[in-house]
Amino acid sequence: MRIERADFPTSVTLDVRAGQPLALVGPNGAGKTTVLHAIAGHLPIMIGSIQLGDRELVELAPEARRIGVVFQDFLLFPHLTVADNVAYGLRMCGSGRKPARAATLPWLERFDLSDLAGRYPHELSGGQAQRVALARALAAEPEALLLDEPMAALDVEIRDEVRAQLADHLRDFAGPTVIVTHSAADVAALAADVVVLERGAVTQRGTWESLRAAPATPYVARLVERREE
Amino acid sequence: MTPARRSGPAVIIWVIAALALALLVLPLLGILLSAPWPHLPALLVAPETLQALGLSLLTGVISTFCCLVLGIPLAVVLARSVGWAVVPRRLLRAAVTVPLVLPPVVGGLALLLLLGRNGILGKYLAQLGITLPFTTGAVVIAQTFVAMPFLVFAVEGALRGADRRVELAAASLGATPFQVFRTITVPLVAPGIAAGAVLCFARALGEFGATITFAGSYPGVTRTLPIASYLASQTDLNQSIALALVLLVVSVAVLLGLRDRWLPGVRG
Repeated sequence: MRIERADFPTSVTLDVRAGQPLALVGPNGAGKTTVLHAIAGHLPIMIGSIQLGDRELVELAPEARRIGVVFQDFLLFPHLTVADNVAYGLRMCGSGRKPARAATLPWLERFDLSDLAGRYPHELSGGQAQRVALARALAAEPEALLLDEPMAALDVEIRDEVRAQLADHLRDFAGPTVIVTHSAADVAALAADVVVLERGAVTQRGTWESLRAAPATPYVARLVERREE
Repeated sequence: MTPARRSGPAVIIWVIAALALALLVLPLLGILLSAPWPHLPALLVAPETLQALGLSLLTGVISTFCCLVLGIPLAVVLARSVGWAVVPRRLLRAAVTVPLVLPPVVGGLALLLLLGRNGILGKYLAQLGITLPFTTGAVVIAQTFVAMPFLVFAVEGALRGADRRVELAAASLGATPFQVFRTITVPLVAPGIAAGAVLCFARALGEFGATITFAGSYPGVTRTLPIASYLASQTDLNQSIALALVLLVVSVAVLLGLRDRWLPGVRG
């Protein structure tokens, strides 16, 4: 997947290889989430392009892009059960209730949600809600995946465990993946490549190791130090 | 600030609130006190009473349904008008509010001028063989006209309070805008819709001015409870009070239903 956004105030070019999750990091207000919403189609891109395989996505409506999104606070549908949340994408693509339910079962099992299938989102822990959000996004069979601060809504004590599980699941996803975060731990555990965004512009790109070896800006220097603490 | 000074204004507020409540409740108590209790059973099962009650309930239900079908999309547009230019936004809000502040008789007259046999649209409808004024359909239109704002404002309030970002989540899962509306937006604001529908029904039930102007007062066709009660008050006060009592009981029963009960199943 290749994303070019030349709009003011955030302009960025990202090359995301399938199976090599890319972390988009930067301080608050750097424009990370803006880029994410632009890829998902919630914000227009005036100047630029999004190539996914041989498809150009910029002109497509969000529902036609086939890009799965895991939102920061997960945004589960509060009036639907876990099973219906996960089945939602299939239902919207025209699957009947029963086929959608059946197709959802393996996803529930894979994300350890089978016992929670009948629960409503307000009855879930943060870690469980994150698994539902990921299962819901993947069950719709997206061609690319976006995650917006996937750990931010979770309690600090459980983050390491949930992050390790998330890393496993991301490895299983074959398409391009972009993770927006400002956490060094997320970058180290989840991403293969890193792009640093500061005040709307890319200040460094490379692997986590290359960033640690030669931080290009004071922000990157602070970011890599935080990991080593 | 001392507790004594704080309690001063509170007492005045309590007194004024009690006066306000008295103004609202005492007249209704008056109906209860003057009701011809011994004759009431006979008056209540009188054919005219049952006919008016049946017509009121029927038209109330239909016009509430019309308000739901027409009003929910209007509420969505109104809630999204926040980003519009000032003038069209205010015009839209004013248009939705007008039936709330307009004397219903004026509303009825306006409907007659629009849809009457020689009305602006009515003459074309007449050519098609459709005559609206002084029919049960006219009662429904008049009630829908006056009751719509109650539904629109209740739903708009719920829409503003809801987390609209879940609609983005739905779109990212492949839902078209209409699918998002049907499967996400409407269920999310269900409590507001239920509350709006109750208010709408109560308002439709009490509708008088627009109905009598646009639909008249034909027994069994357009003579709803409020109209029947008013007409009876000219000749037989006991009959009028009995009808008023029925209206009061139905309205209070409907409004008592307006509680937290329609919270979505998610919280139950």
